[in-house]
Amino acid sequence: MDILALLDPQILASTIRLSVPLLLPCLAGLFSERAGVFDIGLEGKMLLSAFFSAAVAFQTGSVWLGLLAGVAASMVLAAVHGVASITFRGNQLISGVALNFLAAGMTVLIAQSWFQQGGRTPSLIGGARFTPITLPFASDDATGLGYFYSEVISGHSLLTYFAFLCVPLTWWVLYQTRFGLRLRAVGESPEAVDTAGVSVIGLRFAAVAICGLLCGLAGAYLATALQAGFVKDMTAGRGYIALAALIFAKWRPWYALMATLLFGYLQALSLRPDSIEAALGFSVQVQLLDALPYILTVVILAGFVGRAIPPRAGGEAYVKER
Amino acid sequence: MQKMPHWADVVLIPVISLLLAAAISALVILGIGENPVAAVTLMVKGALGSTYGWGYTLYYVTNFIFTGLCVSVAFHARLFNIGGEGQAMLGGLGVALACLYIPWPHWTVAVVGAGLASAAFGALWALLPAILQAKRGSHIVITTIMFNFIAAALLNYFLVNALRPKGAMEPASAKFPAATNLPTLHELLAPLGINFSKAAPANVTLLIAMLACVLVWLLIWRTRLGYEIRAFGHSQTAANYAGINATKITVITMLISGGLAGMMAINNVMGEAERLVLNSVEGAGFIGIAVALMGRNHPFGVFLAAILFGFLYQGGAELALWTSIPRELIVVIQGLVILFTGALDNMVRMPLERIFMRLNKGGA
Repeated sequence: MDILALLDPQILASTIRLSVPLLLPCLAGLFSERAGVFDIGLEGKMLLSAFFSAAVAFQTGSVWLGLLAGVAASMVLAAVHGVASITFRGNQLISGVALNFLAAGMTVLIAQSWFQQGGRTPSLIGGARFTPITLPFASDDATGLGYFYSEVISGHSLLTYFAFLCVPLTWWVLYQTRFGLRLRAVGESPEAVDTAGVSVIGLRFAAVAICGLLCGLAGAYLATALQAGFVKDMTAGRGYIALAALIFAKWRPWYALMATLLFGYLQALSLRPDSIEAALGFSVQVQLLDALPYILTVVILAGFVGRAIPPRAGGEAYVKER
Repeated sequence: MQKMPHWADVVLIPVISLLLAAAISALVILGIGENPVAAVTLMVKGALGSTYGWGYTLYYVTNFIFTGLCVSVAFHARLFNIGGEGQAMLGGLGVALACLYIPWPHWTVAVVGAGLASAAFGALWALLPAILQAKRGSHIVITTIMFNFIAAALLNYFLVNALRPKGAMEPASAKFPAATNLPTLHELLAPLGINFSKAAPANVTLLIAMLACVLVWLLIWRTRLGYEIRAFGHSQTAANYAGINATKITVITMLISGGLAGMMAINNVMGEAERLVLNSVEGAGFIGIAVALMGRNHPFGVFLAAILFGFLYQGGAELALWTSIPRELIVVIQGLVILFTGALDNMVRMPLERIFMRLNKGGA
């Protein structure tokens, strides 16, 4: 038995890589749901962005143009969600489900039409991808803490570092700015915000737009940093795991970081079943590891580990009183 | 005062929503450089042009009736059950266990036994989300999504480790015994002198699905329980005040809903594949959402919407076969239908209401 095998630097580094496409949509959902707009459509927005960022990056050879296209595509979908659920006061959950299907279908349809490779984009090379950055002072022959720094912290893409920077940023926006205060208020008690003379609809659209932006970054990360190109259904349920992490974190930014790191770690472990066997002396079913984030979320929802209380006005369209 | 006549609410709005979805789909087809008219012609020919096409269309219709009823029963209690996919997967496990481990003498007995097993497994998979919703207030949408993923992992585990015959590579159960094989429409219609395609998978389950439509209609509009479910859906506080037990109604509604989704397995597992394979549900649980919204949660509406989606599904498969339009076109159409009939309902409704108000004023 060797418990340290579970803390193998390779596994930790891949935890960080796999956490990013959970962390960004989790924070995206946090903005949206804190403002009272439920969003099941994180998955779809990420998927659409993944495709458009890969497609544009391939055509232009520039990963930055790809990123821009991905974010734009994701924000278009967010706008549709906003129009359906804020302007027309439609069911937010149904709208999210619809947009997920729309994204799943459209990406394959367009990919087939543009590239004829069975719903994928060609592989991205060179400047069409985000490449790993070696942080200053990182070296291959460091020891101790320096080794950890060089192997685990260093060597990720720019988007990865930006994603982790988004956590304090989100905290600051939500808790230290007037916009954040209003945004949280609109998710708890929109009538109070309305009475104060602030636009409920404007705030909610702003939140939905931020959600689109962050999902767009996540999609671009998947297709241009984590992998080299788009493949059909490449989000693989990450939007839903992010939702689970959001509940797990009880709609708070720092907890969201911890929840997504935990889920990312579970994903990293299920890629390396040999290390679990080395650490615990017995093998764990891969299927159990795959299902663990979902099981944990159900346990949280059941209230065994403290209650997760969603924003009070979540899921309800606001109707001005007359 | 009613803003709009009843027929406009049940017929006009869904039809307009459908036309909007169809128009955008046509634009999408144009956008990828194909001809929408040719595509529709090909779909109609492929899905309805032969008894072979009809056999596949009706097979899909059967699936979608079950999952559509599943979603609509839950909708009546204002519960959004996205878990039809997982419940149908578990239903498949129930059918497989019943068919493999009980020596059935004849398919008529087997279909009752396996049908009960499928409904029980499907209902069981909806039980925990229902209890969590009723007792803990945890949102049923989130829990049922989670249970879809857990069901997939569970099924994967069973097929890889328990049900796979020794020496087989594919994660699938053994073939069910011949006594459990259900008669296809070919066998059912031959005595009537109708020569139906032998190769198509549509089978006797279609009749069970139609019976389920009638039973659900009876349940919702002709029984005390159905009344309680609808009352609970309209106003939880009023229902509570009238002495309707919220926990009981939530749990019972979800059990019925999950059971209906589970029963889909009679068609796809027992009727078609005759063994349990991975991903046998093929997204039918999610199509049930579109079917229920399109069919306005009425069993007859669900029946009609299931026929529409059955046609789209089979037509889409033909399209993928003969043109370069991939099958995913159907997923796009499905998304558009859900968007327009479900989320953008008010966009169609509000202008229509205004028109009818003006007409009423003009008439009076």
